[in-house]
Amino acid sequence: MNRTQVVEQLPGLRRYARVLTGDAWAADDLVQDTLERACGKWLLWRTGSDLRAWLFTLMHNLYLNQRRAMPALAPLDIEDVRDQLPGAPVPSDDALDLERCLQRLPADQRAVLLLVAMEDMSYEDTARILAIPVGTVMSRLSRARARLRVLMERTSAPAPSPSPATAAAAPKPQPQPAALRRLK
Amino acid sequence: MTTTRDTAMEPRPHAAPPLPEDDPAWHALADGRLPAAQAAALRQQLEGNEAARDAIAHWQQGRDQLQSLHQDLLHAAVPDALLAAALRAAGHQERQARWWRWGGMAASVLLAFVLGWAGRGQWTGGPAPGHRRLEGDAAALLAAAPVQRFAQQAAVAHAVYQPEVRHPVEVTASQQEHLVQWLSKRLGKPLKVPVLVPQGYELVGGRLLPGDTGARAQFMYQNAAGQRITLYLGALAPTSATALSGHGAPPHENPAATASAAAFQFTQEGPVPGFYWTEGSFGYALSGQLSRAELLALATAVYQQLQF
Repeated sequence: MNRTQVVEQLPGLRRYARVLTGDAWAADDLVQDTLERACGKWLLWRTGSDLRAWLFTLMHNLYLNQRRAMPALAPLDIEDVRDQLPGAPVPSDDALDLERCLQRLPADQRAVLLLVAMEDMSYEDTARILAIPVGTVMSRLSRARARLRVLMERTSAPAPSPSPATAAAAPKPQPQPAALRRLK
Repeated sequence: MTTTRDTAMEPRPHAAPPLPEDDPAWHALADGRLPAAQAAALRQQLEGNEAARDAIAHWQQGRDQLQSLHQDLLHAAVPDALLAAALRAAGHQERQARWWRWGGMAASVLLAFVLGWAGRGQWTGGPAPGHRRLEGDAAALLAAAPVQRFAQQAAVAHAVYQPEVRHPVEVTASQQEHLVQWLSKRLGKPLKVPVLVPQGYELVGGRLLPGDTGARAQFMYQNAAGQRITLYLGALAPTSATALSGHGAPPHENPAATASAAAFQFTQEGPVPGFYWTEGSFGYALSGQLSRAELLALATAVYQQLQF
């Protein structure tokens, strides 16, 4: 294998880690850890097989382990407390909304959604990377998409009147066509 | 479908909310994973299903949005730390792959020996007429083998330590006196470190290594371009090593004996090419990723310096 093959994976790994962790520093740390993990694990990589998929596998194991190791550090979600905050939440664009909503998905659902939709991986590759059956990929994908849609609708609901619409009546967000259109 | 969304918002992330009644095939359609004919059929089938078409369109839109996230990172410069980590990882892979190949070879050699040994045990019951002669051949082979093995081990040792960034040697050239004393003691022979500065190579240092028959030493040199060569040396057989005249004896005592033995052999069988030669029962190998001519010039310089 030549060195450029690994180096070529870096931008993709960084982008993926960035969206997965939702944090630039955490993302590069994760990529670094992944590469270090790779050093000790090369025997498990079959020469000539898909390097990208293999590095993604390492990254996911690390990521999920890290998350399991520090549940206490789960960030407080601004959406949950925004009615108690003195000021209005910062005006955000669609991409920021999307990233914030992604972080509110359970990690395993987020991973499936990102591998399938962002990285355009096949369901089989996704299943291999996450070491789960394809059926589980499908059900997580379905749940991730349903949940993300709800979160996005709630986020893009008119901000000036958040209390009645999103906090009090949270369990019953009428999918307004206007909110849907904002996603485009 | 809208009613099921309520439950999807439950704060417990791991409690599986009842799924909206979607179908894996819808996702496959949205993700472009269906063969064209199947996709067309499904689209037709969903013609009147407003909710399904809405969901699929929404997911496809989601794909586009996700794919546009942080596109900048795909073109941004990668931080040096990550680049270094990637190169380290690749270096590990190369080394491991090399070991794997060599390990496989070593395993087959070992297997051959084990089989030979087992066969020998079986044969002792009934002495076959050709047996003794066979054994003699094997002995001759074994007698010839140590030199080749020595050369191989030199090449592997080179391949292992040459790429080391942080610990290429155990004792650096700054402690050369200590290095020479230490390795001389461990190898049971007063050693001398050849100077290759005229050839452009500075001593990096040396290390002690295990060989077939005892301790071996490796000296590493490096030129201005970072190219590394290693000189590997040690006794070839334990018995003759103890009988070695060089044990404290003046080195010029056996020039006649060595002159014939010191024929340089070139080998390319290891991970790196190299020249090796023997002197008495001591073997030397100079390895490096260099041309044959360059290696020969360096080996000659080493050989000449070791004569005095």
